[in-house]
Amino acid sequence: MSAVFEQIFQVGFLAAIIRIATPLAFATLGEMFSERAGVLNLGIEGIMLLCAMAGFTAASLSGSLWLGVLVAVLVGALMGALHALFTVALGLSQHVCGIGVTLFSSGLAYFLYRLIFGQQSVPPSIDGFKPVPIPLLSDIPILGPAVFNQFTLVYLAIIAVPLAAFVLYRTPWGLSVRMVGENPRAADSAGVSVIATRFQAVILGGALMGLAGAFLTMAQFNAFTFGVVSGRGWVAIALVVFGRWDPWRSAGAALLFAFVDALQLRMQASGLGHIPYETFLMLPFIFTIVAMAFMSRNAVAPSALLKPFRREER
Amino acid sequence: MFRLEARTSTPAWFNLALPLIAIAATLILCSGLIAIAGAGVIEAYGVMLSASLGDSYAITETLVRAAPMIFTGLAVAIAFRAKFWNIGAEGQLLAGAVASCFVGAIPMPGTLAMLLMALAGAAAGALVALVPATLRVKFKVDDVVSSLLLNSVIYYALMALIEGPWKDTFSGYPISPPIEDSANFPVLIEGTRLHLGVVVALIAAPLCWFLIARTTLGFRIRVTGENPEAARYGGINVQRVLLSTALLSGALAGLAGVGEVGGVHFQVMSDISPGYGYSGIVVAMLARLNPLGVVPAAIFLAAVMTGAEAMSRATGVPAFLSDVIQGTALLAMLVALLFTAYRIRRVGAQT
Repeated sequence: MSAVFEQIFQVGFLAAIIRIATPLAFATLGEMFSERAGVLNLGIEGIMLLCAMAGFTAASLSGSLWLGVLVAVLVGALMGALHALFTVALGLSQHVCGIGVTLFSSGLAYFLYRLIFGQQSVPPSIDGFKPVPIPLLSDIPILGPAVFNQFTLVYLAIIAVPLAAFVLYRTPWGLSVRMVGENPRAADSAGVSVIATRFQAVILGGALMGLAGAFLTMAQFNAFTFGVVSGRGWVAIALVVFGRWDPWRSAGAALLFAFVDALQLRMQASGLGHIPYETFLMLPFIFTIVAMAFMSRNAVAPSALLKPFRREER
Repeated sequence: MFRLEARTSTPAWFNLALPLIAIAATLILCSGLIAIAGAGVIEAYGVMLSASLGDSYAITETLVRAAPMIFTGLAVAIAFRAKFWNIGAEGQLLAGAVASCFVGAIPMPGTLAMLLMALAGAAAGALVALVPATLRVKFKVDDVVSSLLLNSVIYYALMALIEGPWKDTFSGYPISPPIEDSANFPVLIEGTRLHLGVVVALIAAPLCWFLIARTTLGFRIRVTGENPEAARYGGINVQRVLLSTALLSGALAGLAGVGEVGGVHFQVMSDISPGYGYSGIVVAMLARLNPLGVVPAAIFLAAVMTGAEAMSRATGVPAFLSDVIQGTALLAMLVALLFTAYRIRRVGAQT
């Protein structure tokens, strides 16, 4: 038993947690911005998949990974705008529109991928991002190699969390986002454009989901497969609830989920081979559902979440 | 300058016109993708139509494919009527398939086997749907998120089963053992795959309509969905209605899985459902949550799926076009529904 523990808790394990948490952190922050403005974005699963495909394709055709990231972010922003068009401008059901955006985006991702790459027996791969050690910091024992010898996108995620908190809590735009999510009527009276602010928040959210997708195909797997997202988008929605719509707590929730996920990956690898590995794949999802059961009673969602705003209707 | 104006009533022909408008808009929008893929739009849609509805065999194939989506469409329609956001029909379908496969592999007289398969599948689906409903009622967990997460849990459980205890030790394939021959649903027309389950699906739709429109439970489901406050005030136990709705919805989704095992595949494998649970949402919305509308809506999506495969073979356009069409149709239908609540009015430039 202690041998199993030794194998589990080592530098590689910590590094794995950070790597698994990175796309979740981007996606969770993206969903959080959208929901803080009052818009649930169930399109996240499909948006991540489409961005993973678009980024991979752009990087693969151009040879530039950063161009791939840029394309993924732009596609994410565009899909965010599409979701905002339906839910904010037209005020349609956020639940059903989100499912629609997910079905549409995933379908488009499959379609375009097959069109561009055809049906190959071995899926094409790219030379993905390489870890960039940060001088001095990466020499810290245990923590250094795990946290400071990572992909640039990981550092970006680490910076994104305090940045998101700053934007949300310390800038006028962040205040507007929180106002239109809590009390759009009052925000409107105070001269804040509810429609514009919600559009901006959902578009920013989509861009962050794009980063999440880009990380999956350009740093984590270096290839696109139809199951590359496999529920990570849905998990991000749960993590927002678990993180009580706060950037720091949401990032913490992403780390916790990543811990459970890394743990099950180690369990798959460590001498429990007679149990099918899919048994362990269930664990993070079950953990998330149970965690939500414990957390949701006290969770306070933004008051105007799911409620469309029409100025002329009082 | 145009603006939206609230409507007080909607003409009856809207119920038929809106889905047709949405479908027309979808096909026009998606023709762009066919053009990008370098095929003729008319030719591609022509192949889709003739391969799915062009002759009697094609029609039976389309109906076979429509059957699971009729069930998941009904499951979603009934759940959404109560505003129980069951996005978990996919997982409920898989649970139904696994349960019916277990039962179907036990040797017993055919009729009894089929009955027990249906019961087991419906019960399994209902139990799975009960989880998000209970979590919502008892713990205030958002039903959308929990039912979505549960889809992944059930899928991996199914995979673990066919990679583990059910694995074919002889061939090594991750597939379950087949059900007994006597438990295979009878084929109704010789030379086709049209099985008994398709007829059951077609009968289930009017039954569900009756339940929603004419029974006390149906009334409670509708009131709970439209106005939970009024329902509570009127003495309706809203929590209980939500749990009953979940059981009903999950059982219907479970039956979708039963039909696939008993009538189509006779065993369980990883790709037993190409997303029929999610398609059920599209079906239910196209049907405007009316159980009777679910049948034509499911047949439309089934025709698109069957047709897309033939189109892909004939023109080289990826068959995934059918997935894009599903998503676009759902979004187009939502926009079309806007016209039931609002009308566009031309107004003066100064306003």
